[in-house]
Amino acid sequence: MSGHPENLEAVDSNRRKLMVAAAAASLAGAGLNLVELAMAKTSSEAASKLVRWGLLIDTQKCGSGCDACVSACNAEHNLEDLGRPETDAQWIRKLDLVDQQTSHVDSLPMLCQHCEHPPCVDVCPTGASFRRDDGIVLVDKHTCIGCRYCMIACPYKARSFVHENLANQRSWSPRGKGIVEGCTFCTHRVDVGRTPACVEACHVEGGGAMTFGDMMNPDSEISLSLKSEPSRQIREDLKLNTGVRYQNV
Amino acid sequence: MSHHYRILTANSPSYYVLALTLVALALLGLGAAHYMESEGHWVTGMNNQIVWGLPHVFAISLILSASGALNVASMASLFGRTIYSGWSRFSGLLAISLLIGGLLVLVLDLGRPDRLIIAMTHYNFKSIFAWNIFLYTGFIAVAGIYLWFMFERKMNRHVKVAGLVAFGWRFVLTAGTGSIFGFIVARQFYHSSMMAPLFIVLSLSLGTAVFMLVSRVIGSLSGISMKPEISSSMMRLLGILIALEGFLVCVFYLTGLYTAARYDVVLFIIVNGGIYTFLFWAGQIVIGTVMPLYLIFLTRNQAGAKARLVSAAISKVIGGFCLLYVMVIAGQSYPQLMFPGKQVQSTFFDGVVARYAPSWPELALGLGGVSVVGVIILAATRVLPFLPAETQRVQSS
Repeated sequence: MSGHPENLEAVDSNRRKLMVAAAAASLAGAGLNLVELAMAKTSSEAASKLVRWGLLIDTQKCGSGCDACVSACNAEHNLEDLGRPETDAQWIRKLDLVDQQTSHVDSLPMLCQHCEHPPCVDVCPTGASFRRDDGIVLVDKHTCIGCRYCMIACPYKARSFVHENLANQRSWSPRGKGIVEGCTFCTHRVDVGRTPACVEACHVEGGGAMTFGDMMNPDSEISLSLKSEPSRQIREDLKLNTGVRYQNV
Repeated sequence: MSHHYRILTANSPSYYVLALTLVALALLGLGAAHYMESEGHWVTGMNNQIVWGLPHVFAISLILSASGALNVASMASLFGRTIYSGWSRFSGLLAISLLIGGLLVLVLDLGRPDRLIIAMTHYNFKSIFAWNIFLYTGFIAVAGIYLWFMFERKMNRHVKVAGLVAFGWRFVLTAGTGSIFGFIVARQFYHSSMMAPLFIVLSLSLGTAVFMLVSRVIGSLSGISMKPEISSSMMRLLGILIALEGFLVCVFYLTGLYTAARYDVVLFIIVNGGIYTFLFWAGQIVIGTVMPLYLIFLTRNQAGAKARLVSAAISKVIGGFCLLYVMVIAGQSYPQLMFPGKQVQSTFFDGVVARYAPSWPELALGLGGVSVVGVIILAATRVLPFLPAETQRVQSS
């Protein structure tokens, strides 16, 4: 038994170094996941009003044949192609626009525009359609009764109704037969500091047409782009103040 | 003028055939709803484009008819037309039954009908739909109290007040139902302040026609028939209401043609909308408007008065149903205007007229709702004196 105090201190010091090294190693080993976990909001921590998530889409960079964003969304949320296009859910879709006067063709993704004044929220009888403080418009899947009034009311045709029994659901994106759903801006990713699946795919496989970020932060990339370059909202006549903006359309 | 009332005492084979058919159809409708709920709505003709289909046309028809069916009671207790008093109890019963039938169809078509309790406990008061939940359930209560006052001799003196409340409630209810569509800013065809008055007048005409038909059926089962002066008075009322409705339809469509944003969809419906154009002209205008107006105002054949009344009422019911079918389905099938001046293409049926073919389960659910109305009436008239007793007996030939 080594009872000498100096020896004990040396042992303690070594132990401390070892523990720090072990912690650093495990942190490094766990990688991003732990960082995400550390940054993640607790369940009691609400989305902040100081944030307004937004998406800027530069249609000049959006290729007509490219559907990387659509595929990524479908994979992320397991929106299966059941071979019934009229009832299959589509949270994001590609639109090709041909100008009837000039024949100019634009291509752009259409999804929930995460409006500040969403008609879907106004019309929902139970309040299942709601807007988070950070601007993300969602459906509370526990209180949606499946009346589909929000689908009638959405100016962007951005919502789908689950027409069938579901299998192989993603734990981070639970869905339910008989209720309405739509783009969530990938809250499960955004809440841990990542970008939505479509945005990530657009940068990796597509033309990098999508910029996601906080429109309330004047220094964010999206805010700087919105300030320096012209952009527009779709159906701006409705004054919904959409969270999704388009450039060059 | 005091009236006597009686219960339905029919025991004829036709009564039992009718009752059994209605029960069977109601059960079939329930089965269809169960099928739609357990398989999911892909088994219906509805989809992500046409989200409201045939069940909604049935439900709205029934709900509007409910409000209009109370016309007879209102005429008696509010406007002093005492010749109608004998039928005012039945008018109240029919109104409540129609509303229950319509609500059943609406609820059973929900994606989650099992969550009805949520619809009754969670309200977003900015939603017209939420208001309508109150307006519909409230209507049943108001009409129920109105009926109670009619039945209970001690409460008879309050009938006029109850009638006034019910009358006002009907206007708000049908305006609210029209506003479900009228407040939709996303769709050019729906977004119109004309929706509320159009639905109010449609409810008055449709409800009157439904009352005329159902009272004839129940009358023939129980061996009583409506006094000729009541029939002819109701015919004239129906004619005026149909003419008024025709006027509002004209205004609705003509103002649509005047507005660039609505021009395309209105033109689609009245000119090149295929089945919708056919239903608009043949169903809504010819059968539902021109024919009953001709039968009511331009035919003077007294001998065929009953046949004219029945034909006019049937035409109106068909026409009203067609009006709502065109309104609900064609209004959704025409593409939404997102990019004016652009031709839009997508995998989600943007820019194209959405297809819709009603399915058997939807039809069964709708007819089930209609049958529930019949079952309630046959059962209720058996146990309580809803029918007039002093009207003339049908001549047995």
